[in-house]
Amino acid sequence: MSTAIFKPRPEQVAQESDGTVSNYLNASFSIRSWLLTVDHKRIAILYLISISAMFFLGGIFAMLIRMELLTPAGDLMQSETYNKMFTMHGVVMVFFFLIPATPAVFGNFLLPLMIGAKDLAFPRLNLLSWYLYTAGALLAIGSIVFGGVDTGWTFYTPYSTTYANSNVILAALGAFIAGFSSILTGLNFIVTIHKMRAPGLTWFKMPLFVWGHYATSIIQVLGTPVVAITIILVALERLFHIGIFNPELGGDPILFQHLFWFYSHPAVYIMILPAMGVISEVITCFSKKKVFGYEFIALSSMAIALLGFLVWGHHMYTSGQSTYASLVFSVLTFLVAIPSAIKVFNWTATLYKGSVSYDAPMLYAIGFLGLFTIGGLTGVFLATLAVDVHVHDTYFIVAHFHYIMVGGSIMGYMAALHFWWPKITGRLYPEGWARFSALIIFIGFNLTFFPQFVVGYLGMPRRYHIYPEEFQIWNVFSTAGSSILGIGYLIPLIYLIWSLKSGPKASPNPWNAKGLEWERCPSPPPTHNFDHTPVVIEEAYAYEHKIWIK
Amino acid sequence: MSAKNTALQHHFNDLDQQYQASQLGMWAFLVQELLFFGGLFAGYVVYRNLYPEAWTLGSHELDVSLGSTNTAILILSSLTMAMAVYWAQKGQKTKLVLFLVATLILGCSFLGIKVIEYSHKVQHHLLPGNGFSFDSPLADQVRIFFSFYFAMTGMHAFHMIVGAGILIWLIVQAMKGRYTAEYNTPIEMFGLYWHFVDVVWIYLFPLLYLIGRN
Amino acid sequence: MGDIAFFPEQASTLAGQVDLLYFFLIAVSVFFALLIFSLIYLFAVRYRRRSEDDVPKEISGLLKLEILWSVIPLILVLFVFGWGATLYFDAYNPPKDAMEIYVVGKQWMWYIQHPTGQREINKLHIPVNKPVKLTMATEDVIHSFYVPAFRVKKDVVPGMYTTMWFNAIKTGEYHLFCAEYCGTKHSQMIGTVVVMEQADYQKWLSGNDSNEPLSVTGEKKFQQLACHTCHKDKANGRGPSLVGIFGKQAQLQNGQIITVDEDYIRKSILNPGDDVIAGYKPVMPTFQGQISEVGLLQITAYIKSLANSGSK
Repeated sequence: MSTAIFKPRPEQVAQESDGTVSNYLNASFSIRSWLLTVDHKRIAILYLISISAMFFLGGIFAMLIRMELLTPAGDLMQSETYNKMFTMHGVVMVFFFLIPATPAVFGNFLLPLMIGAKDLAFPRLNLLSWYLYTAGALLAIGSIVFGGVDTGWTFYTPYSTTYANSNVILAALGAFIAGFSSILTGLNFIVTIHKMRAPGLTWFKMPLFVWGHYATSIIQVLGTPVVAITIILVALERLFHIGIFNPELGGDPILFQHLFWFYSHPAVYIMILPAMGVISEVITCFSKKKVFGYEFIALSSMAIALLGFLVWGHHMYTSGQSTYASLVFSVLTFLVAIPSAIKVFNWTATLYKGSVSYDAPMLYAIGFLGLFTIGGLTGVFLATLAVDVHVHDTYFIVAHFHYIMVGGSIMGYMAALHFWWPKITGRLYPEGWARFSALIIFIGFNLTFFPQFVVGYLGMPRRYHIYPEEFQIWNVFSTAGSSILGIGYLIPLIYLIWSLKSGPKASPNPWNAKGLEWERCPSPPPTHNFDHTPVVIEEAYAYEHKIWIK
Repeated sequence: MSAKNTALQHHFNDLDQQYQASQLGMWAFLVQELLFFGGLFAGYVVYRNLYPEAWTLGSHELDVSLGSTNTAILILSSLTMAMAVYWAQKGQKTKLVLFLVATLILGCSFLGIKVIEYSHKVQHHLLPGNGFSFDSPLADQVRIFFSFYFAMTGMHAFHMIVGAGILIWLIVQAMKGRYTAEYNTPIEMFGLYWHFVDVVWIYLFPLLYLIGRN
Repeated sequence: MGDIAFFPEQASTLAGQVDLLYFFLIAVSVFFALLIFSLIYLFAVRYRRRSEDDVPKEISGLLKLEILWSVIPLILVLFVFGWGATLYFDAYNPPKDAMEIYVVGKQWMWYIQHPTGQREINKLHIPVNKPVKLTMATEDVIHSFYVPAFRVKKDVVPGMYTTMWFNAIKTGEYHLFCAEYCGTKHSQMIGTVVVMEQADYQKWLSGNDSNEPLSVTGEKKFQQLACHTCHKDKANGRGPSLVGIFGKQAQLQNGQIITVDEDYIRKSILNPGDDVIAGYKPVMPTFQGQISEVGLLQITAYIKSLANSGSK
């Protein structure tokens, strides 16, 4: 193996004769044309910028948390400050990164392209979604600037409603507004997928990326309103002492938990389903093969969306809810694990007798398979009643959800970023650096979070500023890993931005992938997407057929 | 230039696709609204089960005649809205505007009566907050009833206000001749929204006003 | 002494059972993880791209395989569910002869009250090999009483009592943590559970400053708050007699039958207008704000002691 992998292959680079063709990026350069755009591709770029900013903000909080946890004593900052750190890390990462990331950036950019449409169903609503997201993000940043929030991202009552002295309402309102961004995006996707598919594109010919986003959108539309009204009730309770969650006034604090988790559990499926859609696209392309079990992967997304609404009580086994309720939630939680397992098996089988290459997107996808498997298996531990009683609210939980959200969702996002970067920007990123970063991220991630399973079972509770000395060794491993992980995320930031100006120009289909976005439009696409509406005759991932290159 | 050409947005193939998309979009939006109110209804059910006597006490403080009047007003406004849609589909601009205006007037009457009811409640110290007072050992629970009363009717009223705002805009556009027999989707979609807001009230009214009354 | 621990000590009857289930889950997980990882590695290496002109075999799926890898995990998870549920039921259903201790959490400490009168802050002394049932309350926000060595945890929720139980099998000192975020000093709301041999425990009980039993303190409080003016020994008071009432069934105004337990007593003192006993007027004033969670436990202990003098 020579350094040939570090240079782009000839067919990946644009022909000299292409010149500067008009595309969605150079159609107009004015700020106005960007801020008032209704082009789904430009809106995706707007999201990419704001979401990346929020990601690194959340990452700064993470860094501060891990630095404090190097030592058992609370020597880097005061307890109140630390409590704000983990709260804001959670609020920013959950509401302003993980929920929107893949749908708002890649869903927006790719859905119309993948189904042969000129745009989403409601382009102006799409722009409104971005403004809502940005407004929500500004409110959240406001709550940080004005002194922070310290309730934990879960805002449990009555602490958040009666006792907390921090900027609860500001942060909650930020999440509320961002929630409407999420709802409108989901609504847009649902209508687009139903009504705007190109001729010949039946449901079971659609790319699995589209199926994944369809299932996600259903959850967004059905689940988010419930947390929206819950946030309003928390704000009303804080402002007017209406009593709904305050036992001293006749209220029930556990009602909050039910209402909150009714959304927040399906929310984790909002975070993972789009990433799963990405994995299907990447694994097929880099195995040059049809996906194994297409219908099963498609329908398992729908099963996850449905079942995901029935399991929220597994966050409440120790809350004082009835043991019978816990039983029901436990068995349903086990059931929701099955469709995810089916996907992992099908993706693995897709590799069988394929032609597997190790480009960066594929490295991220394979990394996803490994880390999501671990995260998912540990979810089975948590569905198990007696075990969860011991590990609930410990670092075992923290490790579990980071395996899924970082090892799963973010790996999927990085895979998408690299896979579609040439299509979105018209440039190739440096493959050598990309593979190196993928490796760094994988190693750093495992070193950060695997020790947390151990220290969690040992009994270290989460959200602890100061902890007993015997837990230190695991925290040191974890912090060491987090510094590696942090570097792993910074490197792509550098080379991706570098590639915008100095990367080789990309050909329309540098990966030789199947899919309308690759085969029927250049990189980057023109504003109107397709010169002629494509007519679809092939199934998805029909790699046995010729690949169209425009 | 016929309305047909200006009404078709650039990303749709034809008016029919655009119409179907609008319809599905509005229904999806209404489903979301259902879940939004659903959270409040869920909380209501929980507390009504816990505090049935307080719920009755609180309900008796509400003015049934004003509430019934409002119910009648809203149902009538759904009728006028349906007529507006009908005349829009028939391409009759004057009648369309007439019924839109009628709907707006009825909607504003509803809101006016709500203002009367709310100020009455505030005067009698029934607004949850520091000024709340109710002479009964169940005062705390009655306060929770009123929290739901204000949250649910308040959220409903907010939706009516937004609806009224959209109605004004529709009236202006209708007067400009924007809606024809070929293209009247916004009227129809708004009609769906208005009916939904009406239906929510039809559930709210008995749940809040008619507890323990024969 | 640098033995790195991977598991807390197994200090309760439940701990070993939970660990067994945990090991089983680890074994199953390792099996499936290794299976998947090795297949991925195998396929990715064996079927690596050798030329850009590779034409892979088109395999779109195999129904038998789908069924196989759906049904086998399903059976496995249902088995694990049953196992975990059984343990959970045991963990949350205290045996009838369990020794009772009261716990009140408040920002940011644990107040422990033995019925015999001893009070502790952030420490819980218990005898080995005896089931202990904790009845727990909180003065302010939700906390969670967590003893990793016993593998048990239960939230304390304002407005209600929660209970949990354990049977310590090993003497020693074990961590007690608050496991539900509760504000600034959440991570300092920690303590120690001290498990002692029976003899040592008896010594500890008597060694403390002679505290009066909780029920005696409760009786004093009962008098101090003038409860006795309405709740007399006989049934002719403005309120029902409390002699022998604890643990019994009673009928409410609305016809409902309830059990007079800690929760009912607490509710009757704080919200007397709810759930009035049949045949009595709702004239009892509320004591909200006049009595703390600890005071409520004292009165409850007193009322419980009245049950002994009545006939069962």
